[in-house]
Amino acid sequence: MGLREFVIRRVLQLIVTFWAFFTILFVLFRMMPGDPTSMFILDGMTPEQREQRIAELGLDQPLYVQYVEYARQLLTGDFGQSFIYRDPVMDIIVVRFMNTIVLMATALFFAYVIGITFGALMGWWRDSKFERGGIVVALIARSSPEFWVGIVLLSVFVYWLGWFPSSGMRTTGGELGGGFIARYGSVDFLRHLFLPALTGAIVYLATPTLLMRSTMLDVLNADFIEIKKAEGLPERTVLYKHAARNSILPVVTVAAIATGAAMGGSVVIETVFNWPGMGREMVRAVNNNDYPVAMAAFFLMGSVVIIMNFVADLAYVYLDPRVEYE
Amino acid sequence: MSTETTSPIDNAMGKVGSSVDFVRDKLEVFEGDRLGQIGLAILLVFVFVGIFARPITIDFLNITIPGLAPHDPTERGIGGRLESPSAAHPLGTTDLGRDVLSQLIVGTRVTLVVGTLAAFMAVFIGTNIGLISAYFGGIVDDVLMRITDIVYGLPFLPFAIVLVAILGSSIVNIIAAIVLILWRSTARVIRSQVLSHKQRPYVESAQAIGASNVRIMYRHILPNVLPLAFLYAAFAVAYSVIAEASLAFLGFGDPNMLSWGKMIFEVRTANAVREAWWWVFPPGIAIMLFVMSVFFIGRTLEKVVNPELRHQE
Repeated sequence: MGLREFVIRRVLQLIVTFWAFFTILFVLFRMMPGDPTSMFILDGMTPEQREQRIAELGLDQPLYVQYVEYARQLLTGDFGQSFIYRDPVMDIIVVRFMNTIVLMATALFFAYVIGITFGALMGWWRDSKFERGGIVVALIARSSPEFWVGIVLLSVFVYWLGWFPSSGMRTTGGELGGGFIARYGSVDFLRHLFLPALTGAIVYLATPTLLMRSTMLDVLNADFIEIKKAEGLPERTVLYKHAARNSILPVVTVAAIATGAAMGGSVVIETVFNWPGMGREMVRAVNNNDYPVAMAAFFLMGSVVIIMNFVADLAYVYLDPRVEYE
Repeated sequence: MSTETTSPIDNAMGKVGSSVDFVRDKLEVFEGDRLGQIGLAILLVFVFVGIFARPITIDFLNITIPGLAPHDPTERGIGGRLESPSAAHPLGTTDLGRDVLSQLIVGTRVTLVVGTLAAFMAVFIGTNIGLISAYFGGIVDDVLMRITDIVYGLPFLPFAIVLVAILGSSIVNIIAAIVLILWRSTARVIRSQVLSHKQRPYVESAQAIGASNVRIMYRHILPNVLPLAFLYAAFAVAYSVIAEASLAFLGFGDPNMLSWGKMIFEVRTANAVREAWWWVFPPGIAIMLFVMSVFFIGRTLEKVVNPELRHQE
């Protein structure tokens, strides 16, 4: 199978996965307890008004019509109206989604930069105290639930030392308008970002560290490393240019998958730090039976996972020409 | 490699080592592995505490073994409000005057139950799906693996939150939500192992003798992939415990069950994180130690099962 065919097949699979995902979503939110109309139907309504409201929401239609209508809505990015805020869900969720992306991207960036560096050094100095200690630290970090790391950092840096603000995204007022830089570039914002991002970085650090170490060990066993050393190249050059560069491939693909998986972690981290992101919004929506918002949040988080898995597959074939396409 | 401790011929004859030998074999790997030993020791302490957390009455012997928890963890006013640690309450009290140490001890049970049950069921399902998928191949394989791919597209915690919200927060539903996601990684790995075993002579000879598919799958191939399933069970325990703790922390825990995650949820709802460190730190450290012990054990098993295996989730 050629590259072209492989990509086409993966794209088709991506479409099928999305279809299955939104079908699961449809079924799940049909199973939600309580009458979906109850939030929209007030006690004083006459039976006619009630009928009219149900018809407006399309709930009098047969199930397959609702299913098709639902698919059409999702494709146009229309997630309906929030039961609680009474605003279009899209308006609520877009801002929250960006806030989540900024937080998780920062956390993952530091986790992978630090993890790759430490993992490479651990592989290079194998059987040293540094390596053994590094493994233990990585395993402890991986054992800590996100909310626990967050609360410890909060206790130490906010309640005890008072260095950082405890929650939210900025000190004054609520959501500010303005450009991207005004939103995400101010010192105040960065001070708020630091602890939640650090929490994510600590928790996600273990995977790249351990993976980088083990691929380094494989690469260092390869003959060409011995040849490079015999050529008289300095150790640092062999480490960075040859060993580390050739070890990085599996870490890159795992990074894509981890970005998707981090969506779950964002729910917890955002709750600890009251970060106005999608995860916290989802918890709030589920607790208040605000199903349209919960659904949209779940859909977007799932989409990130699906797309990142797809990217991981493509990255793998792109980065390693030796890969055979199944 | 230890995956092939039973020779192909033994397998073809349907001879599998006794379970006692199997366990002894597996325990030997902990010799000389300090992290694995530490993990095992910590885990055994938790299991002990979990079993004896509350009084156990054995009716026909007419005896009661006293529980480890000094107080009823849910009884209010055992001590004062938010008392810091003292001789009477080594870990202080909660905002309602409950004993934190007792809560911590009793909370061990939920962790053990969720961890073992969810992991066992997830690995059971995953192993069977991997086995069936690889053994029959063709359309069966296609269908099962596409389902696995789709489950890989579900975000773990958000999915669990939605499911628990729909079905209701009970320990059974929490376990179900975790299992519905967690089987996927086992299924994939077992499948690839079975694919390689399928090619080996012992399977062909069993087929030649006329053994049924079910017999070949479960009697001949399964014992060879079982060590890998055990390894995945260890990791599944870790993920289940973190998932349960996270759900409880977010307020989706079983309202009738006390767990470590729920303790931290209660500290937050009581707005006591700032002052009551004795209430915040113990449950978190317990979760960390428990999961860590499982990872340490998993690492030791990993070396045996497959030195090149890299675990990711």
